[in-house]
This record gives sequence, structure tokens and C-alpha cells, in this order.
Amino acid sequence: MDFRDTPEQAAFRAEVRTWIDDNLPAELHGHHGGAARFDGPEVRAWSRALHDGGWVGISWPAEYGGRGLSPRFQAIYLEEEARAEAPPHIGVIGLGMAGPTIISRGTEEQKARYLKPLLAAEEIWCQGFSEPGAGSDLAGVRASARLDGDRFVLDGQKVWSSYAHIADFCILVARSDPASERHAGLTYLIVDMHAPGVDVRPLTQITGEAEFNEIFLSGVEVPLENVVGEIGKGWDVAMTTLLHERGTLGFALVARLEVQLRKLVALAADRGATPTQREALAREWIQLQALRWTAYRSLSALERTGLPGPEGSILKLQWSEANQRITKLALDLLGADAQLLPGNAPYDGYWTIQQLRSRGNTIEAGTSEILRNIVAERVLGLPRSR
Amino acid sequence: MDLAFTPLQDELRTQARSFLEATESPTWSQLAELGWTGASVAEQHGGAGLSFVEEAVLHEEAGRALLHAPLWSTSCLLPFLDGADQAAVAAGEASWTLALGPLVPDLDTATNVAVVGGDTIWQLQGFEREVLATNDETRPLGVVSGGEAGRPLCSSETLPALRARSLAILALEAVGVGSRALELAVEYARSREQFGRIVGTYQAVSHPLATSYVELELARSLAWWAAWCVANDDADASVAAAAAKSEAAEAAVAACERAIQAHGGIGFTWEHVLHRLYKRALGIQSWEASSAQLRAEVASHLLDG
Repeated sequence: MDFRDTPEQAAFRAEVRTWIDDNLPAELHGHHGGAARFDGPEVRAWSRALHDGGWVGISWPAEYGGRGLSPRFQAIYLEEEARAEAPPHIGVIGLGMAGPTIISRGTEEQKARYLKPLLAAEEIWCQGFSEPGAGSDLAGVRASARLDGDRFVLDGQKVWSSYAHIADFCILVARSDPASERHAGLTYLIVDMHAPGVDVRPLTQITGEAEFNEIFLSGVEVPLENVVGEIGKGWDVAMTTLLHERGTLGFALVARLEVQLRKLVALAADRGATPTQREALAREWIQLQALRWTAYRSLSALERTGLPGPEGSILKLQWSEANQRITKLALDLLGADAQLLPGNAPYDGYWTIQQLRSRGNTIEAGTSEILRNIVAERVLGLPRSR
Repeated sequence: MDLAFTPLQDELRTQARSFLEATESPTWSQLAELGWTGASVAEQHGGAGLSFVEEAVLHEEAGRALLHAPLWSTSCLLPFLDGADQAAVAAGEASWTLALGPLVPDLDTATNVAVVGGDTIWQLQGFEREVLATNDETRPLGVVSGGEAGRPLCSSETLPALRARSLAILALEAVGVGSRALELAVEYARSREQFGRIVGTYQAVSHPLATSYVELELARSLAWWAAWCVANDDADASVAAAAAKSEAAEAAVAACERAIQAHGGIGFTWEHVLHRLYKRALGIQSWEASSAQLRAEVASHLLDG
């Protein structure tokens, strides 16, 4: 047991820091208040620079364009990227969800076709799981995939799809057996977002920005070679994707929270804090340390056993609530100034937008209610509630 | 960085758990025979020569089992005693408690009492002890009267390090207490039926237990961070121990309260073990400094440094 980086890990961390420091354009530093951080052309250029610098696909196998290092180094990279307030690679859906799914369940042709352009930020991915009638209950998917000779024809609607407005490909599940219900009869597909019949519309959210989109699919043709896994077995493949979504998220989330807290400490010093506010701030600092060490505990278990530890399942749950409390505390420190919007607000309205955005944290990527079900059922072994 | 438990830690945990489950009231000499009293005492003084991160396993298990012995109060002082005194503890011949205020813990079991006087911590001699009826029967408090400073033990400059060690141990104990309460609640929620269903299927029952798990695992991460910092004299030891104890005490108290609620009426009875766990959790919360006071210390570290 050792809470310090090994010399090798410390050297890697220093290398990441120096590289980001030397290469991050000043206009991209701290550029994460709003939706623009995701999709501007400068973020695409930054993503390519990251790729050329060897910082993309750190834990991916070398044969697919990665560096083949242990997830430990990916974790260190994600921590340092967030601490430096650098924007993440534009292909986060591809890197975190589509890529790992293709590596684990895709055909050799799919791996050869999609993985390298994904790493290089030449092609952007989005995902289409949620539908208006299928949120937490993903098995309620209604989008249909009708088999027609050597292709599927897709009709339906997907929602909450970040990056869809700039994406080249989408991973999604659709119902390929019209007589099927629930988990059976779903097929996992790679859809060309430039194909006829794909219509993307931005979804304006509580902050007034549009990070997410709706995708309307009308008679979209998808060749059979774009099926991932087996026809009718899409549920299993989707579970692989969601496992990766949660598995790779933790370190970046915790490090982003560290940055939020750093800003909050500065805000408290700037504005002055009451004893109650000071105590609340201390509580969040303590929670942050707890989350960070818990993320590392889970990673250590992964390294020893090949499986992430059960404690990892609590990271997103706790992070989301911590981010909501931290941003709310910032509003408390700002008083009526927090009502002002970017343009005329202190800190350019950063906290106002962050606090509103944080309400999505307990909904996206698994609601807190679903995550508590997962802890209760899979970790504690309580009977299923449904 | 490796936060997984080592095979030695796993082995100590297995040994401690099975011993404490099988032994109702272990004596100090039994604990000494197992090597627990001198776990982190050097081998040349008759100890096991382990580090505090191994000894920490014993404290988590001692909390879980509500061990009635002066393991915490002795261990706080132990590294600051001289070789002969450490040897006596390792041999099971002596145990200690430090009288920092009017109420002294473990006065019914500790053989020796230490007091702070000026720049020195002394062994108190020629005193009388009175053990008081205490909410947590497994860790009674008492008062000493009369007596005088006898032998000097160590400099009182050790007090900050001693306090960090004490807070870290209390955090570890709290995690053990809370985890046991959660396990009992889960067992009960998996078997108890009402309205024709196992009560654990109701999210109004299961989600609070999931919350206990989350809080206890986060507290466990902090407690082990604090233990590692103490073992390595790390610069973060004081703040880590304050953070750990503040979170762990709250998590343990809440886990016990949720466990009592999940049990319904039976959890409120004297015959059920839950009230004993709850009283230890409340005792840990009350000792040294409350969670709120410790957060005020952490706030000073963050904002006034």
C-alpha cells in the first residue's frame, strides 16, 4: 500500500504537465464553461495535437493505434488534463464508448476501418441510446431496424446525443425484431451520420446552451457490415458500452471537481465566507479527497484482479452530488451577483452556468436512482426492485 | 501508487475477524500473544515490527467487533514511549491511556495513565480511578483523582502526532462499526417479508442502505489515507486524520441509524447488537473533536494557510 506515485508514474505525470503547458493554446485554457468547449474547430485542432503528441489511446492496444500502457497512465493523463483546464479530446464518445466497444465486440474490418481515425480526431462519434420513451429504461427502445436484403432500414428518434451535430458516426441500438419486447430483439449498429434520412436538431438545455441533440432517423440505410455483435443481441453489446462509459469517467470527473474546488476556495477568499460556508467548503474538500482515493482504490483492484473494485460504482453517484453542492455553495457566496448572466456578471457568469449545468449531473450517464439500484442490487446483493 | 490491501494486510484481517468472532471478551494478554498489542513495536523490543498500515487493519476489525480493550488508547501513545515501555506493552504486561481532559477513556482496563504537564508527558502515579457508567459499555470513561507526575515519558511536542494517530484509529474503528451495521441491515432486508415481499425490494429501504455503502467506502478511503500518512510521518497526516475522522464518524453514526430504521422495532431493542454499534459510533463522534469542529480545522488549513 502506497499513496504516492512510483518514480515511473511521477515521471509520466511530469511529462504530461510539461507537454500540456507547452502546447495548450492560451485561448483554450479554462475554456470549459459552456458548450463551445466541445465542438469548435480549435478543439479539433487541439485533439489532433494531443494525438500527435501520443496522449490519445494511452491504454488502448498498440495494434489499434494506442500505446498499450496500463489504465493507471490513462488515469494520470486524465487527471493532469483536467487540472490544466485543457479541453478534452473532441472524440470523448468515440474514445470512451464506441472505440472500446468496437475493440471488444467489433469485427476485424470494423477495427481496421474505425479505430485510427477516431484516435486522430479525423472522425467524430456520437451515441444514440436514449429515446423520448426510453431513458433509464433502455430496454424500452422503439427505434426500428427493418432488415431489407443486405441492409437495415432505420426509423425512429434518439435524444440526448452530445456531438451528434458534428459527428460522422453514431453507435445506437434499434429494435430489429418487431415482435420482440424489452432486452431481446435489439441490434447494435454503426450509423453514418451523413447518410440520407439522418436529421440532427440541437436541444437547448437549462443553461440556454445546446450541448445535446435529438436525432431523427427516417429510412436510413445501414449496411449489414455495420452490425456490432450479433443481430438481435444488441443489448449485451450496449452493456459493454455503458460499462466503459462509467469505467473511464472517474478520474476526469474527480480532477474536474478538484479544479472547481480550487476556484471555490479562491472565490471564498475573494468574497469572504461565514463560518457555515467555511465548514461547507471544508466538507467538499474532504469529499474530494475521498473520491480521489476511492478512484485509485478501484484502479488498484483493477490492476490486481482484472476487474474494477465495487467501490468504483459509487464515483459518479457521489461526484454528481458533490458538483451540485459546490456550485450551489458558489452561488451562496456570490449572493445576488449570481443572478447575472455572462457578459455583465462577476467571473463572467461561470458559477451561474456551472450550477445550472450541474443539475444534469445526477441524470446523465445513469440517474442517481439507477446508480443506487446498482449499488443495492449488485454490490450489496439486495433483491431486484423491478 | 497502490491502494490495494497487501497479502499481509488480508491475512491479518482474516485472523483478526475470526479471533474476535470466536472470543467474547479477549484479555490484553491474549491480544499480546496474537502480536496485536505490539504490532508496530520493533522486533528488538518484542514487537511484530509491522508498520502502522498493518496495525490499522486491527483497529478497523476492533471497531467492527466492539473490542473492549485499551488498544486505541495504548496505540496512540505507544510510538512515543521508550523501548522498555514498548516492550512491556508488546508483552501484554502494560497498557496505557492518556488523560487529556477530565474524562479518560479505557480507565477500567488500561494499567497505566499518562498526563501532560508543561513540556512533558508523564506517567501519573499514586492516583485513584473511578470508572463511570458510560453509554458505550465497551469503552467506559472514567476520572482520576489525586496522584502526581511520576516518570517522564516523552516530550509534549509529540501531541500533534499523537492526536493524528488517535484520530486515524478512531476513523478506522468507525468504518468497522458502520460496515458491521450495514451488513446487519442488508441481511435483514434480504430476509424480512412484509406485504408479501422481501422488504429489500422496496427502494425506500434499499436506497438508504446504498447511501450507507457509499458513505462508508468514501470514509474508508480517507481512513486508509490517514493511516498511511501516520505510518509515514507524512506532512498531510494532521489534515488527513481530521478529514478521515470527521467523515468516518458521521458515516458510522448514519449507517447505524439507517440500520436501526431498516430493522424496524427489533432494531430498537436492547437484545439486538445494533444499539451497541450505535453507541460506539456516537462515542467516536464525541471524542477529541466532533465532525463539525474537525471541518473547521480543515477550513483553516484551506483558507487561512
